[in-house]
Amino acid sequence: MARVTVENVKKYFGAVKALDGVDLVVEDGTFVVLLGPSGCGKTTLMRCISGLERLTDGRIFFDERDVSQIAPKDRNVAMVFQSYAVWPHMKVKENIAYPLRLKKVQKSEIEERVKWVAELLHITELLDRFPSQLSGGQRQRVAVARAIVHRPSVLLMDEPLSNLDALLRVRMRSELKKLHEQVKVTTIYVTHDQTEAMTMGDKIAVMNAGRIIQFGTPEEIYKKPRTVFVAGFVGSPQMNFLKMKVTSKGTQFFAEGFGISVPLKNDPKRESVIVGIRPEHIFLEKKSRSTAVTSKVYFAEKLMSETVLHLSLTEDKSIIAKVPYDLSVREEEEIEINIDLDAIHLFDPSTEERIEL
Amino acid sequence: MRKFFYVLAFVGVVLWFLGPLFFVFLASLTPSSDFYMMGKIFPSKLTFEHIYKLLVNLGGWRALLVSLQVALIAIAISFALGIPAGYALTRFVFRGKNLLKLLMLFTRSIPLVVIAVSLVTIYLRLNLADTVIGVGLSHAAMVLPFVVLITSSIFSGVFVEYEEAGMIFGLSRFGAFLRITMPLALPGLAASAIFAFIMSWNEVFAASVLAITNRTLPAHILSTAMASPDYFKFAAGTIMAVPAMVFIFIIRKYLISMWGISLK
Amino acid sequence: MRRAETLTPFLLLLPALAYLVVFIGYPIVGTFQLSFSNPKGWLENFKYVFLSRDFRNAFFNTMLLGVVVIPIQFALAIALALLVNRKWKGYNTLLYIIATPLALSDVTAALISYSIFAPNGYLNKILMKLNWIDYPMYFFGYIFKSREFFVIVLTEVWRATPLVFVILLAGLQSINREYLEAADVFGFSPWQKLTKITLPLLKPSIVSALLVRTLFAFQIFGVVWLLAGRDITVLAGETYYWYVFMNNRNVASTYALIIAVLTFIVGWFYIGTIRSKYLEEGVRA
Repeated sequence: MARVTVENVKKYFGAVKALDGVDLVVEDGTFVVLLGPSGCGKTTLMRCISGLERLTDGRIFFDERDVSQIAPKDRNVAMVFQSYAVWPHMKVKENIAYPLRLKKVQKSEIEERVKWVAELLHITELLDRFPSQLSGGQRQRVAVARAIVHRPSVLLMDEPLSNLDALLRVRMRSELKKLHEQVKVTTIYVTHDQTEAMTMGDKIAVMNAGRIIQFGTPEEIYKKPRTVFVAGFVGSPQMNFLKMKVTSKGTQFFAEGFGISVPLKNDPKRESVIVGIRPEHIFLEKKSRSTAVTSKVYFAEKLMSETVLHLSLTEDKSIIAKVPYDLSVREEEEIEINIDLDAIHLFDPSTEERIEL
Repeated sequence: MRKFFYVLAFVGVVLWFLGPLFFVFLASLTPSSDFYMMGKIFPSKLTFEHIYKLLVNLGGWRALLVSLQVALIAIAISFALGIPAGYALTRFVFRGKNLLKLLMLFTRSIPLVVIAVSLVTIYLRLNLADTVIGVGLSHAAMVLPFVVLITSSIFSGVFVEYEEAGMIFGLSRFGAFLRITMPLALPGLAASAIFAFIMSWNEVFAASVLAITNRTLPAHILSTAMASPDYFKFAAGTIMAVPAMVFIFIIRKYLISMWGISLK
Repeated sequence: MRRAETLTPFLLLLPALAYLVVFIGYPIVGTFQLSFSNPKGWLENFKYVFLSRDFRNAFFNTMLLGVVVIPIQFALAIALALLVNRKWKGYNTLLYIIATPLALSDVTAALISYSIFAPNGYLNKILMKLNWIDYPMYFFGYIFKSREFFVIVLTEVWRATPLVFVILLAGLQSINREYLEAADVFGFSPWQKLTKITLPLLKPSIVSALLVRTLFAFQIFGVVWLLAGRDITVLAGETYYWYVFMNNRNVASTYALIIAVLTFIVGWFYIGTIRSKYLEEGVRA
C-alpha cells in the first residue's frame, strides 16, 4: 500500500512528447482512473510508474521513496496487461505463484495465498489448467489474481476490460470494484472508456496530449469540467457546444446565437463564449429557469428507455437532446425545447477553459 | 476427370522426388556382384557390406565424425553469438537497425567459395588449417547471418508483454529473457538448430579447401569419389542423405511455417 | 518494449558482427589481395584468367547452366506450387515429399544421379530389361560432354526446384483469395486467372526466388565436379582446381573474386529494382 506521487514527469520518444510535465498524487488505497483518448499518454504514464519506461525528466515517489531509477522488479508493483500476458507455458497456479516464488516466499505460504486469491477471483477450479485452455475472461481473472497475490504497493491495470465482450465487461467492472474494496491496494486504472472511469474511479485524471487536464472525483469531472475537452469527453451523448456572442441590455448580459438567448449572471468580459449544455439537460417542458428555442427534428434515436433527439437549430448547427422516455416524433417536426439555465457550462472561446460567473 | 489428373500428378511427383532416393538406397544395399550384372535390377539379397566398408576401410567413419564435430561447433558458435543479436534486433529500437538487417541478408548471399581460399591463408598463419575447429569456425560464419535473422523472427513471435510481466513480477530483463522468452522460443530454436546442422552437414566447398586430412563426409567423397568403386559412392550418398532426411522429417512442420507456408 | 536504450543492443550485436567481420569481411579483403598480387603486376592474374580458354569455358558453362536450369525450375516450381495450393487430399504429404531434396547436399544429389545414369546404373538396367537398348548408354566421360551436361541439368533441376517451390508457395498462399473470387464472379477462365491475376501478384516471390537461385547458380560446384570433373568447367570448379590441384592461391582467388563480383552485380540489381519491404523477409535458404 503506497501513495504514489508523480512529479513533473516528462517522457519523450525522440521528438514525440508522450508525457509533457505530469503531476499527480494518488492517495494510499484509492482507485484512480487515467482517462483519455488514444495517444494521450495514459498508458505511457502507467508504464513510467511501473518502471517499464524510464523517465526523460521528473520523479516518481512511492510514499517517500524515490523510485524513478529503480527497476520494475524492485518497486513492488503489479500490472494487469491489456492482453493479460498470462504465461502460456505455465499452468494457472504456477502463473499466480510465480511472483511469490521470485520473492522467495515459503512454499506453504505460497500455497495459502494462491488459494486465497483464487477464491477471491472465483478461479479455484482452473488452477491446474493451462492458459490456452481458458476463455478470455478467465485469463483476465488469472492476470488479476497474479497481480494481487503478492500484495503490491501499487496495482496497475492497462485497459483490462477492453478485450472482453460487452456483457462480461459490465460484470467485471463491478467485480473489480468490489475486489478493490476488499483488498484496498492503491490502484491506477487506464481506460479510454468514460463509463468505466465514471463508475469505477474514486478519482479520475483526464489526460490529453501528454498532460493531465483535470483530476477530480467523477462528480467534479462531470459537473464542473475544466475545459471543453473534458466536458466533451465525459458524458454520452456528448455535451453540446454552442459558440455564442455576448450582448448586453443595460446591466444584464446575454449570450446569444442560434435563436437562443442565455442570460448570464455577470459580465463575462469577453466578446463571445462557448455555452455547453448536456443533452439530458434539454427538456421538452419548461423548467424553473430555462430558455426556450424552437428546432426541427433531424433524426430521433428511439432506445425505448430513452430517446435521443438530433435537432437542427439552423442550417448548419444541430443540437442533441435526450429525454428519459419513449417519445414519438416525426422527422422535420418542429418542437420547442427548453435549456435548463442552472445546468449550463461556460467556456472561454480561445483557451477553451471553464469560466465561472 | 479432375481427380484422375490429380492422382496422376501426385504419383508423378512422388516418383520424381522419391524415386531417385530409392535408387541410391537400393544401390548402396546391393551386393557388388548383383550390381554389375546387367540383367538384375533388384538384388537377390540386401547387404550392408558397402556401408560397412565405407565406414571402416575407406575413412567414412572418420569423415562422419568430422562432419558431426564441425556441425556442432558451427551450431554452438552461431547460436551463442546469434541469439543475443537476434534478440537485440527485435526488442530494441535504435538507429541503424534496418541497415544491420540488410547487412545480415547481404552477408548470407556471399558464397563461401569466395572467401574459402583466402581463409586458408589466414588459417595457415593461425595454425588452424586442416583442423576440425577451422572448418567449424568457417561454417559458423556461414550460418550466423541465418541464425541472427531467424532468432530475431522467433523472438518477435514471443509477445513482449510476457517479458514485461516477468519484469514487473520480479525478474530482471535478463532473467525475463532466460525464464520466459527462451522456454517459449525453444521449439523454434531447436528446429533452426537442426536446419543449421544440415546446412553445415551438406557444405562441401569450404570443407574441401580448408582441410585435407580432417575432411567432412561430403569433402571426403568429393576428393575420393572419382577413383573409388561405385558401391563407395552409393553408400556415401546414403549415409549423407539419411540423417539429413530424418532431421528434416522431424522438423518439417516448423520448416514449412518458417518459409511462410501455412498448412491449414 | 520499444525502448530507445543506448548501449545494450549494440553490446548484444557486437559479438556477432565482430565474428562476421573476422571470418567473412577479413577473408574478402584477403581474396582481393590474393587476386591482385602477382610478381608480374597487379592485374596479371586477371589477364591470365581472362585470356585463358578455361575461363571462357567456365564462364560460358556456368552461365549456360544457369540459363537452362533456372527457367525449367521455375516452370516446374510454379506448376507444383499451384498443384499443392489446391489443397486436395493429401497435399500435406505432397508438400513434404517435394521438400525432401532440400535436406540433401549437391554431393548427395550427384551420387544419386550417378546411381541412375552410370553404365551399370538403373536407367541402363531398366532400358535393357525392356529391350529398348542393346548396349548400355554412357553418360559420363569426356566424349559424352553433352550427355554429362544433360545429367547435370537434370540433377540440378531435381535438387533445387524445391527451393523455388517453397518460396513460390508461400507467395501463392499470401495472395488474397478475394481477388480470385472476384475474377470468378467476372467470368475469368482458369488460364486468364492464372496469367492476369495469380502470376502478377506472385511477382515479388518470383523475383525473390529468382535472386536466390541466380546467386546460387554462380556457385554451382559439387554436382558438376562429381559428375563431369573438368570436362565441364564452371567458375567455382576452377577455383577449387587452381587451389587444390595447381596450388595457386592467386588464380583461385581471382576466380573467386569473379564469382563475388557477379553475385554483387545481381544483388545490386535486385536491390535497385524492388522495394526494401521484400528484403524484410529474411529467411530464404
